[in-house]
Amino acid sequence: MIGYLARRILGAAFVLLALSAIVYALFYLAPSDPAILTCGKGCTPERLADVRAAMGLDDPVLTQYLHFLQGLFTGRDYPAGPDVRHCPAPCLGYSFETDQPVTALLLDRLPVSFSLAIGAEILSLAAGIGAGVLSGLRRFRVLDRIVNGLILAGYAVPVFLVGLLLLLLFCVHLQWLPFPSYVKFTVDPLLWAQNLLLPWISLAVIQTAAYARLTRAGLQDALAEDHIRTARAYGIPERRILWRRALRGAMLPLVTLTAVDLAQIMTAAVLTETMFGLPGVGQLLVGAVNQIDLPVVVGVTLLTGLLIVVANAAADLLYAAVDPRVQLR
Amino acid sequence: MTLLTVEDLRISFRDKLAVDGLSFELPAGGTLGIVGESGSGKSSAALALLGLHEAATVTGTIDFDGVDLITDVPWKDIRGARISMVFQEPLTALSPFHTIGDQIAEVYRLHTGASRKAARDRAVEVLGQVHIPDPARRAGAYPHQFSGGMRQRALIAMAIACRPQLIVADEPTTALDVTVQAQILDLLDEVRATTGAALLLISHDLGVVAGSADTVVVMRDGRVVERGATETVLVSPREPYTKALLDAVPKPGEPREITGAPLLRVRDVQRHFPQPRRGSFRKPPPIRAVDGVSLDVHAGETLGIVGESGTGKTTLARMMVGLDRPTAGTITFDGADISRRRGRSVQMVFQDPLSSLNPRRSIGESIADPLRLQGERDPRGRVSALLERVGLAASEYDRYPHQLSGGMRQRVGIARALAPSPRLIVCDEPVSSLDVTTQAQVLALLEDLRAELGLSLVFVSHDLAVLRQIADRVAVLREGRVVEIGPTAQVYEQPQHAYTKELLAAVPVTDPVEARRLRALRTTVSG
Repeated sequence: MIGYLARRILGAAFVLLALSAIVYALFYLAPSDPAILTCGKGCTPERLADVRAAMGLDDPVLTQYLHFLQGLFTGRDYPAGPDVRHCPAPCLGYSFETDQPVTALLLDRLPVSFSLAIGAEILSLAAGIGAGVLSGLRRFRVLDRIVNGLILAGYAVPVFLVGLLLLLLFCVHLQWLPFPSYVKFTVDPLLWAQNLLLPWISLAVIQTAAYARLTRAGLQDALAEDHIRTARAYGIPERRILWRRALRGAMLPLVTLTAVDLAQIMTAAVLTETMFGLPGVGQLLVGAVNQIDLPVVVGVTLLTGLLIVVANAAADLLYAAVDPRVQLR
Repeated sequence: MTLLTVEDLRISFRDKLAVDGLSFELPAGGTLGIVGESGSGKSSAALALLGLHEAATVTGTIDFDGVDLITDVPWKDIRGARISMVFQEPLTALSPFHTIGDQIAEVYRLHTGASRKAARDRAVEVLGQVHIPDPARRAGAYPHQFSGGMRQRALIAMAIACRPQLIVADEPTTALDVTVQAQILDLLDEVRATTGAALLLISHDLGVVAGSADTVVVMRDGRVVERGATETVLVSPREPYTKALLDAVPKPGEPREITGAPLLRVRDVQRHFPQPRRGSFRKPPPIRAVDGVSLDVHAGETLGIVGESGTGKTTLARMMVGLDRPTAGTITFDGADISRRRGRSVQMVFQDPLSSLNPRRSIGESIADPLRLQGERDPRGRVSALLERVGLAASEYDRYPHQLSGGMRQRVGIARALAPSPRLIVCDEPVSSLDVTTQAQVLALLEDLRAELGLSLVFVSHDLAVLRQIADRVAVLREGRVVEIGPTAQVYEQPQHAYTKELLAAVPVTDPVEARRLRALRTTVSG
């Protein structure tokens, strides 16, 4: 177990390192010069040179990358005019655009993204498993058809359409909810939830479809297994068979999917964030890409990688906890 | 006193009749055997006893100790409590998510309302009763941590936990090794004697029921062919089908004089499979699948290789045809190393004909492949001849494996092996997935081909009866080594090694008297 964790962490570190190198290389190859963008209008060649030096763009790319790694682990110093600015570890550099530390930017945005992800995930798991079980049992033909239809519709409809319809309905026509704006959980939990309700629902519409499909298929497979027949032959009540045996088998693939989805919403729910005005990580990334804000892009990419690697490891551990046949080695 | 009376039982799935008028009586504490080949409806009948059919129409009478098991049954009080069932596949028949002890305790609590502690104790008690060593500790194990035989014991423990009046065992030993099969059958017999439960034993194998059942019902295509006392039915059957079944059971073959020179020489062959590191940094020792085997296959002979699962017999067979290389030692064919010879001279017939044929290629194309490899442009004519030679019509060329029966598929496998005109064919369990009559036909075909084409055969099997019929010499394999090798008659009549004796005592035989004698012998050997 400990050996497994150690190997897992080592592997994750390697993945992240490789990821940072690739992202760094890609952006270095990009044709536009960040120094020109930073320097702005009316830039003189002398100023441009200064900016280049300040941004460290004169060094060879490998040196730049090594400096970046150094900052990540021990912190580094940036020349800022006559002074020196110390950036403590883990240092991802300063945004070219706003001059704020990237770490601070990320920390600022993460709670928003996390709020969005956790709520959407809980909502879609509840709805998805519920709908999947109902249709997987095949007790009610009509219900099975309806759920199936909804699942397909959920897959087909793009998230921005759902979001726009929700906004129109609840905020404009019925006026039950104010237009969403992010309120911190620590400030007012009720307002927090109220403002996030619509984004949660619109994300959940799509995810629910996937979860319901998976649950439905998993449950049908699990119910056809021999040990379910044994349980029936020994008089174990149908409800107990469903909850204690069949559903347990059907849930296994959901574990992995949920973990990865969680990580994905936290960094890539750009459309939802934009539509509902949530200052999350996804928005940060899009802005940074548009501005060729290299440090921010690298920071978000590394964060995405980290979250996905952690989510996958967590899924494996959970998997082993649910299924005794799985051994971690 | 009659415990179970079945009268004119009919089970149909939509328009297909699976059981057509089955009737029998089972006295309390007695044993009834139902025998039939696949598709005879025997398992359908078993499931009907517990009302486990979901999409079938069941009519007729099933009277169990005064309860009508067809209409309006209080299943809660019957299933597991008064009738319990032992299934065929012990791995999949138990829940993978719960420990063995918990599963048994759950059933016991459900039917007796006992406390958790009492149910736990009962689970340990019945596990001890089915001879699971250290039952208190093993009750905490999951099914995947048990061997096949242990799992079947655990399932039997579950079956007796609530002291039922009837145990239905549906092919309880089919997936097991021959010695384990004998142990499980002995255990079922012991359980019946000690608990007083009646036993309904269902099998495709006459030898399985011969030693245990008082009465036998022979089924075919859903109908009862013959019914009566075991001694009568299995010794002097009236019906032609029963006779055919008994005739299909392998019989000792005529001894032959083999004069051919050694064709395939296996010398000190080892095959070790390295194991992955687990947790610790020290490398675990490799699995010694084959660990120092030397033997010769003479021209014109049939060499039988017998062993239970995990003895390395398939690994050895694969090395003999060059599909795998030995870790150490040499295998030569006609003086040249086997790995340098490509295809032609040695061929293989595989165990599972369905999975060893490409499902997306017609069988004719599958047989033609080795011919094309030899540069034959238009092999269709020769493939047709081969198909006819193995007893199939030339018109089967364009059919696909899933359209054929198991026996036909194995004939295709044999035709494919014959295609490059080999001198030696290695058959790995070629008949173990077939019904007994089909098995007899395939064995006869192999025997014909060997005589006609002057082939040499290596016949790998777990089934001693089959080898006794077909092999000239037999090698007994255990833990990757040959423990005994010699002419078939000698090995069977005067076995030298203790393991050979154990194997031979475990072989199911169809003569009830002999079967009981062997059971007594096994009890003295193991006791």
